[in-house]
Amino acid sequence: MAVNLGDLSPAELRRHLARGLDLRTGPFRFLIRSHSPEVARGLATLYPDFPLRDGGFRDFHIQVDKVSGPRRWYRPQCNFRLDHHAPFKPLPANHAFPLLEWGMNWCIASHAQHYLMLHAAVLERNGRAVILPGDPGAGKSTLTAALILSGWRLLSDELTLIDRNDGLIVPLARPVSLKNQSIEIIRAAFPEAVIGDIALDTHKGTVAHLKPPRASVRRMDEKARAAHIVFPRWRADAAVKLSRHSKADAFIHAATHGFNYSLLGRLGFELNAALIDTCECWDFEYSRLDEALAAFESLAS
Amino acid sequence: MKPVCDDFLHALREPAVMAGFDAETWDRVVRQARAAGLLGRLGALASGFSEQLPAAVWRHLEAALTLAEQQRRAVHYELRHLGQSLENTEGPVVLLKGAAYAAADLPPAAGRIFTDIDLLVPRAQLGETESALMLDGWITSPHDAYDLRYYREWMHELPPMQHIRRQTWLDVHHNILPETARRKTRPALFLAASIPLPGFPRFSIPEPADQVLHSATHLFHEGEWQHGLRDLVDLDALLRAYGGDAAFWPHLLARAETLNLGRPLYYALRYARRLLRTPMPEYLEASCPERPGRLAAALLDTLFLPAFASAHAECRTPLSGPAALALYVRSHWLRMPAHLLVPHLLRKAFKTDEP
Repeated sequence: MAVNLGDLSPAELRRHLARGLDLRTGPFRFLIRSHSPEVARGLATLYPDFPLRDGGFRDFHIQVDKVSGPRRWYRPQCNFRLDHHAPFKPLPANHAFPLLEWGMNWCIASHAQHYLMLHAAVLERNGRAVILPGDPGAGKSTLTAALILSGWRLLSDELTLIDRNDGLIVPLARPVSLKNQSIEIIRAAFPEAVIGDIALDTHKGTVAHLKPPRASVRRMDEKARAAHIVFPRWRADAAVKLSRHSKADAFIHAATHGFNYSLLGRLGFELNAALIDTCECWDFEYSRLDEALAAFESLAS
Repeated sequence: MKPVCDDFLHALREPAVMAGFDAETWDRVVRQARAAGLLGRLGALASGFSEQLPAAVWRHLEAALTLAEQQRRAVHYELRHLGQSLENTEGPVVLLKGAAYAAADLPPAAGRIFTDIDLLVPRAQLGETESALMLDGWITSPHDAYDLRYYREWMHELPPMQHIRRQTWLDVHHNILPETARRKTRPALFLAASIPLPGFPRFSIPEPADQVLHSATHLFHEGEWQHGLRDLVDLDALLRAYGGDAAFWPHLLARAETLNLGRPLYYALRYARRLLRTPMPEYLEASCPERPGRLAAALLDTLFLPAFASAHAECRTPLSGPAALALYVRSHWLRMPAHLLVPHLLRKAFKTDEP
């Protein structure tokens, strides 16, 4: 019988983490080692619906733990490791959970070259996936959070993975990273939302993660076909407006904001071209979440 | 070598065994191969029977192959630019190692990743080459006066250059061993025997025996063993490809004698055979022009064998640390005489990373 992370007691979770918690998210299995209470708490809060595995092939063996030496005691710091290799500088120990999340993103973005990887959120409803490329500050993660709390299925909030064999989008269903004001906006609009610990003063400002809906996690093996690419833009007092975005520009944007478009060479071009061909492309301006949600309903129908 | 690393080496020797690996074995092998920079190599070796591998494993090998293919394209592109930059310089421009394998599509190229382009030019053309490169946007990375002197007076290469826009790294060599090295070779003969490279008008590659000798010399004179196993895999691929011709082996021995590179060749043959079971004639090791004595060979085994396995923490033994240090010191000992070496190592030990 399959075990989910939420089935473990806090003590069992700590024991798993000490020797390696074998967690699956979409196509990837992570073996996570950590002695950090922040990591245990973050996982218990945000990943309860994710299935655990035991043994076999794991894609990434990772570890988040305090650095040794004097900094273990004086202003303690923590480090992320992929299989003994530390790609980042250490962070304050109380940022262990966001460090784990960034580390997991980095593992995928820097190794999963078997996908075309776009820097975009992706959601699905009625079998129609919507890709949200959004530049920083465009309100992409706020919109993503609001949509998944209103019945949309979450595939990913940062990494859109396109399968090289069938052009379909591969879900990860991991927690959504909320930054700065968007944490309070989501809390106010969706009091039932489960949000993890708040980490202050990270390099991205204040950061907290939103638990993905259980239905999204349960369907994380179900790929989706892209129907729309929407470039969101939040502007104070703007009326909600959905207008056509040039396909040529959408192509260039996907190519330049991808993680590995040029690395894939001809395959990257072909996957990107097929994606843009099948999608309708939109600019989307909004100021109020309720109006934005209503407008997205029209895209899903 | 520790038993946990046997499967990885076995896969390099007999790729077909990969079809029978279970998931637990792959869990170790993929990580060891990634640490050694050989994941793409495994992908190339398994590409003929990829459907027999677990899908989750093949994804990683395919990803590494994709990266290697992008580097191959990037090198071809870069060589077109470099060829134009060096159009009006004189003398041969010989590609070494990774760039040569990629440009000439030699056997080690399949799935191989590398970080820079290595060129060899005649010493007399060094100034002209450097000027032509600087005019086209190649700049020497910032070094202090000491580092510059280290490269220009003692080493066999210019300080590494990087292109300001394309970011590619380039090493321009004028010899295959440092100026100050105990061993002296004859770069002019190496250059003279090089073969023009079809499709790349300004470039040549070393003749086959010289490819082996250069790769061996590079490997066994270097102090950094992170890529030791990968370099041995290159040697294995070259020897398997050229060794089918029986005339290759006597020519290789003769060439090693001419270029005074018998000792590195001996090591290359010894460890390629020990670790990768590279096929070679029985008489070969014993006929090397410069064999170490029995005691020296045994001592070097205790240093080299752990070093080849040192890329991944699980393959390290308690001897790996001291062996790596000893090889680092050895590489410097081979590189410069004691009156230069001692001050150099002291300086490196106490130098801070200030700009």
